[in-house]
Amino acid sequence: MSIIAEGACFRTHPLCVREKAMFATDNIFKTICLICAGLIGLLMIGFFVQLAFSSVGAWKEFGLAFLWSSEWDPVSEKFGALPSIVGTLLTTTIALVIALPLSFVSAFYLVDLPVAIGKILSQALDLLATIPSIIYGMWGLFILAPIMQNYVQPFMVDTLRLGDIPIIGRFLGEDYNGFGFFTAGLILSLMILPYICAIMRDIFAMTPPMLRESAYGVGCTKWETTKDIVVRYGIRGLLGGVFIGLGRALGETMAVLFVIGNMTQLPSALFDSGTTIAATLANNFPEAAGVQQSVLFALGLILLTMSFGIQVFAQWYLNTTSAKRGEER
Amino acid sequence: MALSIVAAMSAYGANITLNGAGASFPAPVYQVWTYAYTQITPDVKVNYQSLGSGAGINQIKAGTIDFGGTDNPLTLEEQDEANLVQFPMLTGGVVLIVNLPELKNKELKLDQKTLSDIFLGNIKVWNDPSIAALNPEVKLSNTKITVVRRSDSSGTTFIFTDYLSKISPEWKEKVGTGASVAWPVGIGGQKNPGVCNNVSKIRGSIGYTEYTYAVEAKLKCVTLKNKAGKFVAPTPKTFSASAADADWENAKGYYMVLTDTEGENSWPITGITYILIKKDAPDKEKQQALYKYFNWCLTSGANSASKLNYVPLPMNLVEKVQNDVLK
Repeated sequence: MSIIAEGACFRTHPLCVREKAMFATDNIFKTICLICAGLIGLLMIGFFVQLAFSSVGAWKEFGLAFLWSSEWDPVSEKFGALPSIVGTLLTTTIALVIALPLSFVSAFYLVDLPVAIGKILSQALDLLATIPSIIYGMWGLFILAPIMQNYVQPFMVDTLRLGDIPIIGRFLGEDYNGFGFFTAGLILSLMILPYICAIMRDIFAMTPPMLRESAYGVGCTKWETTKDIVVRYGIRGLLGGVFIGLGRALGETMAVLFVIGNMTQLPSALFDSGTTIAATLANNFPEAAGVQQSVLFALGLILLTMSFGIQVFAQWYLNTTSAKRGEER
Repeated sequence: MALSIVAAMSAYGANITLNGAGASFPAPVYQVWTYAYTQITPDVKVNYQSLGSGAGINQIKAGTIDFGGTDNPLTLEEQDEANLVQFPMLTGGVVLIVNLPELKNKELKLDQKTLSDIFLGNIKVWNDPSIAALNPEVKLSNTKITVVRRSDSSGTTFIFTDYLSKISPEWKEKVGTGASVAWPVGIGGQKNPGVCNNVSKIRGSIGYTEYTYAVEAKLKCVTLKNKAGKFVAPTPKTFSASAADADWENAKGYYMVLTDTEGENSWPITGITYILIKKDAPDKEKQQALYKYFNWCLTSGANSASKLNYVPLPMNLVEKVQNDVLK
């Protein structure tokens, strides 16, 4: 070693030859890594370019008004994206509103449980995350939708009389048949819950015990410790979990398709049937031709832009607020 | 490139693979046929993917498959433009299914006006006076009507909306005919089984589907008033009565829509499902195998089609197709 370190390297020296060979493999490895990493970027750009290219017809035909037109008439070939966009945002919002508090609380509980029970429940949580979305869809169609129609919605409307309360009633709607935004949002919340919860659990577990114990040491209650130490320490990861859930909810197709009712109309209430971008694509793509096909590509572009925008916003938000949270840059 | 692969594949032994795709309306029969045919002719393998009529037309135009299935017929001009030949394969019925437990074993009767008004959203409850007037023997409750229709674009929808456009000027003006349309009301189910499933889940719902799917799902079918003014129940018998009304001699390129036909016992929403093939396929051996297969379907296959509640083509039409196309 010392010979090489001093720079007195002879070509014939065995160590020197080995080092050269190592350099060569290093370079090959580096090139392969570069190509693979570059491919990811290329794929991303490729998707955007391809979607933009294929949707030119739709943008030419309808202009930007496509974004806020709510018409959808395949017979006279008039299309607008608004019902699908609003439907996507609405189901995602419902899903997050239900899933966030639930996953936060259960993740927090999982970390502090006795090890044996915590392990079992954690495993169950990870298993939940691996259930394919089509299973959720089937379950939603065969079990959840009838339960919603026969028990939950009648209970909310007829027993609790939520429909008679002025603003909430307007928000819920009177007509219900088990299908619609509410059911779709509920299914979505169950689907994203394990993702968010698993990430939150890992983040909570990562908080150094010393920090927690110090907090208890100065007399903090459990809640104060959670709020000011654990959450603050892991906020980046927590938000990351939320955004992963959000991303999944935005693009989820099959489970939503089965229960949302597939009506291309603007929602006026939670119990209404509607559609999302992903559901519209899945319903119409195999048979679409001409203008409709490019309309669907345009919808795809909108969905991709939405997911991308959310990721960019998340990064931007985390970066601009990092100083406030006292994170090191 | 693709051609050389196909050539290489057909040169390899005598094995020929015929790939088809399209309409889901006749898919149950096509699947039985492909299986049975492979059993008796092991060197020819037939595949049929049930993707939907529109997909069948797109794929055969793009040349990715050897035959396409569609319920939505192409006119002769459209066939010539895409260099395709079209011929009928089967007849089947589109039926209305309802979920109304109070019907018990009685039937529900609807006429043209009530049917179109239900799908237009003008009639909202089952005990509407116009429905009650047609069904004096059934006590209908004020259950809300939930319309269920196809969410994907479909040849079944084409047949059904074609019928609604014929019987209702309001429907024709507001909605029109198409494989997917802007439905005034109703929730969407995925494909025929999706519609059946939604109807069986939602009380007070009405939907339309291909007859076989309704039979398999054990759903109650609606009796409809036909053009001759008679109430007819959907059965293979009324479907073939409707098929007998067809005037094939004057149907250019076999373009024929069998809705709202004149016959006294005709089911008003009968549909024909078609096969599309390339006019002059480069691979003659394959083309011959294709012809042989369809000849078999039209003759020996007719029996299994009847078993699945489809109506095979009448013998004179089969002969016409054999002489025109499959020679």
